[in-house]
Amino acid sequence: MNAMPASYLWLIPLLPFAGFLINGTLGRRLPRAAVSAVALLFTAAPAALVAWLWATMRAAGELTMSSDAGPWIQITGFRVDFAFTVDHLTLIMLGVVTGVGFIIHIYSVGYMAEEEGYWRFFAYLNLFMFFMSVLVLAASFLLLFVGWEGVGLASYLLIGFYFRKTSAANAGKKAFLVNRIGDVGFLLAMFLLVAHFGSLDFTQIFAAVGQHPEWQGARFLTAIALLLVLGATGKSAQIPLYVWLPDAMEGPTPVSALIHAATMVTAGIYMVARCHTLFDRSPIALAVVACIGAATAIFAASIGMVQHDIKRVLAYSTVSQLGYMFLACGMGAYAAGIFHLLTHAFFKALLFLAAGSVIHALGGEQDMRRMGGLRTRTPITFWTMSAGVFAIAGIPPFAGFFSKDEILYQTFTSPGSLGKVLWLVGLVTAGMTSFYMFRLWFKTFFGPAHFDEQRDLHDRGAAVHLQAGTHAVMVADRDEGRAAHSHGVHESPWIMLLPLVILAILSVIGGWVGVPAAMGGHNEIESFLAPVFSSGAESAAIPAGGGLEIGLAIVSVLVALAGFYVAYVFYYKKPEMVAAIVDRHKAAYALLTNKYWVDEFYGNFLVLPLLMFTRGVLDLIFERGVVNGSARAAAMGTRGFAWFARKQISGNIRSYAGWLAIGAAAVLAVMIFGRSLWVRS
Amino acid sequence: MVPTAYYLVLAAILFSIGVAAFLIKRNVITIFISIELMLNAVNLTFVAFAHMWNQISGQIFVFFVMVVAAAEAAVGLAIIISIFRTRQTLNVDEIDLMKL
Repeated sequence: MNAMPASYLWLIPLLPFAGFLINGTLGRRLPRAAVSAVALLFTAAPAALVAWLWATMRAAGELTMSSDAGPWIQITGFRVDFAFTVDHLTLIMLGVVTGVGFIIHIYSVGYMAEEEGYWRFFAYLNLFMFFMSVLVLAASFLLLFVGWEGVGLASYLLIGFYFRKTSAANAGKKAFLVNRIGDVGFLLAMFLLVAHFGSLDFTQIFAAVGQHPEWQGARFLTAIALLLVLGATGKSAQIPLYVWLPDAMEGPTPVSALIHAATMVTAGIYMVARCHTLFDRSPIALAVVACIGAATAIFAASIGMVQHDIKRVLAYSTVSQLGYMFLACGMGAYAAGIFHLLTHAFFKALLFLAAGSVIHALGGEQDMRRMGGLRTRTPITFWTMSAGVFAIAGIPPFAGFFSKDEILYQTFTSPGSLGKVLWLVGLVTAGMTSFYMFRLWFKTFFGPAHFDEQRDLHDRGAAVHLQAGTHAVMVADRDEGRAAHSHGVHESPWIMLLPLVILAILSVIGGWVGVPAAMGGHNEIESFLAPVFSSGAESAAIPAGGGLEIGLAIVSVLVALAGFYVAYVFYYKKPEMVAAIVDRHKAAYALLTNKYWVDEFYGNFLVLPLLMFTRGVLDLIFERGVVNGSARAAAMGTRGFAWFARKQISGNIRSYAGWLAIGAAAVLAVMIFGRSLWVRS
Repeated sequence: MVPTAYYLVLAAILFSIGVAAFLIKRNVITIFISIELMLNAVNLTFVAFAHMWNQISGQIFVFFVMVVAAAEAAVGLAIIISIFRTRQTLNVDEIDLMKL
């Protein structure tokens, strides 16, 4: 604490904000090198600060650190401060946000090099870093909400980065609007918190909850927790609000990696973990969280199995993995959820960046049916992506194995039969995950090449080159953050490969901080987070034989290997089998490729009635009838009166005199007969 | 002694005749005469009240009014002649250039 004044906490969000201001205001005039220098500098500095913070807090043995910059809202009986606080949970989140964020910034310099609006991209990216740091550092619900909305804004801006493309603009709007639904829940939860606690400060609320053991399962706590869950389902793309995330892939790939895989979408999980004191008191809310998580996990995984767009597979995989984290939180195993959040940030960012590298190599191709055989052409991308695939598939000793296994173990050992059912769901999902990831792996890197290098790529490369010279780059239909300088298939430049290598190393070793005791580890992450989740520790400390844990781990590894084997047979050994199976189960396949028609359902049963209501009632009756009508009536009235008044200026002296006489007579009449009117009073 | 009210009634009648003539007649000179009629109706009330209160100021004021009216008549007649020279008419309804 002595080594680092708490006020330095303010630098962590404010530095990226400064970067945003510089790039946002001056970026248009600055050369690209200067823009990238600003963007990298103002994200590297917070990352260094976080590392320093971590070191000093560890050395001092300090658990928490907070900084209060004075009151923000102050009215009688209610007060919110501009206050930041850091504890172990925040520290992990900060590490992910600034560390992975910085790595992705480096990658973006290479990936976006040929893009129009370079400065705009980095300004938005820095803005996102600012809001995300505010979100995780906030010491109150209200400040968290500021960050929460801010990252939503940055996400909207970046999804719609290619705003001249209708699909990208629509995807941005969709993300924004779907998130608003969740935010309503969050807002209502805050209102309830103010009503019951008179405060929005984390410490005060959690202390108050701690002092009232009789509130166990209290109805208002359940209501608050469920409303918070609604908010979390929006931000973290869970059923029923997950639909925006797959569409968010319209944004540039580094954005998908940073915002829609590693950081922003985990804000919901962070929020649930942060409020675990509330959730622990509400078994119903916890069960809801667990069920939503498990359902989303298997639902999204099943869709991911049949997608052809490489980024969409990863998007559904993200939804599915977020479901795992929800499941962990719902089981009260918050530490396991945060552990998975950490490892997922590594390997999913890696997978997205590697996918971006593949897309770059193929000059903008995203369809996996037109890939293949890239193993030898882009070796570094292949090796790094393999690390990510093995990690997410849960093959030991890669990162994903430990975190996913921890979640499954915690689910299995939780009291009650619900845990066993959800464990089974999680296990099946693990198999599906392994299948669709290896499917992606085989289709992309193995087998014959399905792209026509001579004609296709060369033409496209030349075409993109031509566009890059003009200002028409963004108008082109296939310019999705796509590399503009493809001369055939080629490996990406080092500035894109370096982040891949770093993240690959983290994806391999990242799980080793949470090796459970049964496998000879210390599960450091759980003991690291124990001070934060102390109340949840009892449930996690159920004595269970190490044998059970190892047994469950073996089961899940076998399931993952089964997924690998099926993918191997289908997509490497006998590719013709797939068509036969699809033929035999047409209905099921249609269900999956059409994503269970959820978008259509929402479109027809929610969006369409709403549109009809707004167009028919609000627009036709209220907007045009009441608002425009009253304005028009006022205008017509004035006009009519003016017409009448103008008629009086006739130039006819006798009519003027007549009016004068009538007026004088009226004045006289009032003076004579109207006298009684004011005399009496 | 004639009561003051009689004078006032007479003045009111004269004034009303003046107003009516002003509104009805089209000839500028007739209108001019009706204005003089109204002025003198007012003069009559001045004199009547001055007599009633035994005050000389009302009577003196009437002289002022008559002097001003004489000057006004001179200017007014000059304007009327000027109008007749330019427009060859004395009908006020045709003198309507000052309108929108």
